[in-house]
Amino acid sequence: MSEMNEFDESAPTVVKRFMYVNRRAPYGTIYALECLEVVLVAAAFDQDVSVVFLDDGVCQLKKNQDTTGIGMKNFSKTYGALDDYDVEKIYVEKESLAARGLTADDLVIPVEVLAADDLREVMAQQDVVISF
Amino acid sequence: MLHLINKSPFERNALDSCLRMAKSGSAILLIEDGVYAALAKAAHAEKIIRRMGDCSFYVLGPDVAARGLSDAPLIEGIDVIDYEGFVDMVAEHDATQSWL
Amino acid sequence: MAYECDGATIETDEEGYITDISLWSRELAILIAREENIEMDDDHWEVVNFLRNYYEEYQIAPAVRVLTKAIKKTLGADKGNSKYLYELFPYGPAKQACKIAGLPKPTGCI
Repeated sequence: MSEMNEFDESAPTVVKRFMYVNRRAPYGTIYALECLEVVLVAAAFDQDVSVVFLDDGVCQLKKNQDTTGIGMKNFSKTYGALDDYDVEKIYVEKESLAARGLTADDLVIPVEVLAADDLREVMAQQDVVISF
Repeated sequence: MLHLINKSPFERNALDSCLRMAKSGSAILLIEDGVYAALAKAAHAEKIIRRMGDCSFYVLGPDVAARGLSDAPLIEGIDVIDYEGFVDMVAEHDATQSWL
Repeated sequence: MAYECDGATIETDEEGYITDISLWSRELAILIAREENIEMDDDHWEVVNFLRNYYEEYQIAPAVRVLTKAIKKTLGADKGNSKYLYELFPYGPAKQACKIAGLPKPTGCI
C-alpha cells in the first residue's frame, strides 16, 4: 500500500516483462481464482504485466456467469477491475475460443485476440512466464 | 449405470473413456467442468451426438449457469437437471460410476 | 472479537474485518468506525459507499492506489488524493474504510 511511496524512487528499477498464463476453467479447480489474485497483487510492483487466456482459460472470461446455484463467488466480475490495476495487456488465443464455439463478443472484458502464431512471439519476448 | 463426468473434455480424456466404456442404455451426467462437453459448437459435440441414440445425456443446471453457459447453445437432446434431479438419478440407478 | 448490533452478534476476524459480508448495516458501520476512533460524517459515508459500490461491481476491495484513482475519476481530484483520504481515515483509507464498509481486506494490498 502507501509504504510503496516511501521507497527511494531515485534508485534504478529494473522493469521485467511478466506474463501470467491462464489455462484452466473457473470453479472446477482453484487455479483461475489464484492466478487472478496473484495478478492483482503483482500489479503493485510497477512491472510490465500481461495476462493470457489459453485452452480452458478462455472460459474464465465467458459472459453471464451466475454462481448463485453453486454457492461460490462469481469472480468473473473482477476481471473488469484489471484496468483500474493498470493491467492493460490481455491476450486471448483465437484457436482456444474457436474450439469452444466462442468469440470475443462472448467475453466480459475487451481483449486482444491473437492467433497462436502471434501469441507465440509475444510469449517469447517475456522475462518471466507463470502458468496456472 | 449412471456415469458422472466432472472434468473438461478439453483437459482430460474422461469423456472419451466413458463414451468408450458406456453400454447401451447408460445415463451420462455432466457436472462441474464436465458441462463444457455440452457446448453445441465445441469440438467434442460430435462424440456425444454419436451416442445420443443409445445413451441418455444430462447436464447439471447450476454448473451450467455458473460458467455463463445458460445462454450458450447446448447440444440438442441433453436434459438440464437441478440438484434434486441429480439425487433422483442416483437413487434410480443401481450403480454410479464417477470418471474422476 | 464481535459486535452486538440490533440484537445480533456479528463476528469478525482477528484484524476486525467482519466475516459475513451480508450482515453489514449502516448501524454496524457506525459501531466499527467508533472502534477505529472515527465519527462518521457525510465525507466518510461517501468513501464507504463508494467502496461498497466498487465491491458490488467487481467483487473485490480495491488497493489504496486503485481506490484513490477510481475516486478521482468519479468524485474529482479534490477527493481522489491520498491527503484527503488519509485525513478521513488516518490508518489507511483502504484498510480502515474497507473495515467500516464491511468488506474484506483490500486485494493487492502489501
